[in-house]
Amino acid sequence: MARLSELPEWERHHHLDKISALPDYGVTPYVGGPPLNKRRVAIVTTAGLHMRDDRAFQMGSADYRVIPGDAPTGDVVMSHISVNYDRSGFQEDINVVFPIDRLRELETEGVIGSVSAFHYSFMGASQGHTLETKARELAGLMRKDGVTAVLLTPV
Amino acid sequence: MGALGHFIEREGIPTAQISLIREQTAAIKPPRALWVPFMLGRPFGAPNAPDFQRKVLRALLALFTQPSGPVLEDFPEDAPADADGETTFACPVSFAQPDTGSDDPAAAMRREITQLAPWYELARKRRGRTTVGVSGLTMQQAADYAASYAGDSPAPVYDAGFSAGIALKRACDDLKAYYYEAVAAQPGNLSPRAIERWFWFETATGRMFLAIQQACLRSEDKSLQPLAKLSLVPRAIVHALKEKQHAAA
Repeated sequence: MARLSELPEWERHHHLDKISALPDYGVTPYVGGPPLNKRRVAIVTTAGLHMRDDRAFQMGSADYRVIPGDAPTGDVVMSHISVNYDRSGFQEDINVVFPIDRLRELETEGVIGSVSAFHYSFMGASQGHTLETKARELAGLMRKDGVTAVLLTPV
Repeated sequence: MGALGHFIEREGIPTAQISLIREQTAAIKPPRALWVPFMLGRPFGAPNAPDFQRKVLRALLALFTQPSGPVLEDFPEDAPADADGETTFACPVSFAQPDTGSDDPAAAMRREITQLAPWYELARKRRGRTTVGVSGLTMQQAADYAASYAGDSPAPVYDAGFSAGIALKRACDDLKAYYYEAVAAQPGNLSPRAIERWFWFETATGRMFLAIQQACLRSEDKSLQPLAKLSLVPRAIVHALKEKQHAAA
């Protein structure tokens, strides 16, 4: 479905046109870490998720919301500004966007070391470069939590 | 998404991302990415498919074992077939005929909301959750609030922290989530695409949203115009409406 070759022409052009406007982020950093079964994993999503009583995202929001690792998934809602993607899957099962139950299962099975105490959400319609300040701030917080693997999940 | 990989990894924490548009990810070159051939909105493939979701998650985590990067790998499987959203549109949902003969669009919205209430409650019980609730309004309040923006006297913003555009967006998001969750509980096992087309082409609220869009485009409130242009009616629906108009001409 997200193969560009299978999308209608107008939709394909919409996505391809964005590429020429993408900034150059320079040399790709690449750092190592412990074996997977020793890693502490956090999810950072750009799906515009937050707790029900938290502030909804606004147009151009470049800040993040915290989703506690032990938060009831029933209290996680979505206020992404875009309407151009399917939400029915998320409505049915949070794990299709935010795979927290699957991650906990892999922790139980010993595939990963542990699940972070906190996860985070941005709202992906914002321009990538506007997220830098908050992303670096997040990295500092995750380091304090002992996170050694971040899963970045879009919507 | 790829920008976050650069920013966080530069701070010393390894990242691995799901890519939904491979060409964009290839251009950004994040440290590790797994491209998946799933519909937008479903980065882990399909709802209620834990084995498949686990497979995607394992493939994503496996990128951390690569010794050097950037890495961009392709996930080799499509999402389960019943979730691809490409099934033929065949919608069994229908509303009772209007009981008053009224052609008031706002009244028609309220009537639909009432008719869908038992299905929404069923969906909420079955799923143990609901995604309705970003506006803080009841559905009837959300309907009245949204409908006022199709006319000449838009209601005052219900939350001082919101612009008119964002307040309207949240009310509309809640209404749409309510309809989507309710109809998904009805018989028929509708595909995502069928639900979308039902909402926009078969419901009074879908028609109201289109009227709101036109009114917002004419509005002098600058917060309403971005909503009307980008965040109310999906591109797919805009194109489908154009095709309908072209076919009718």
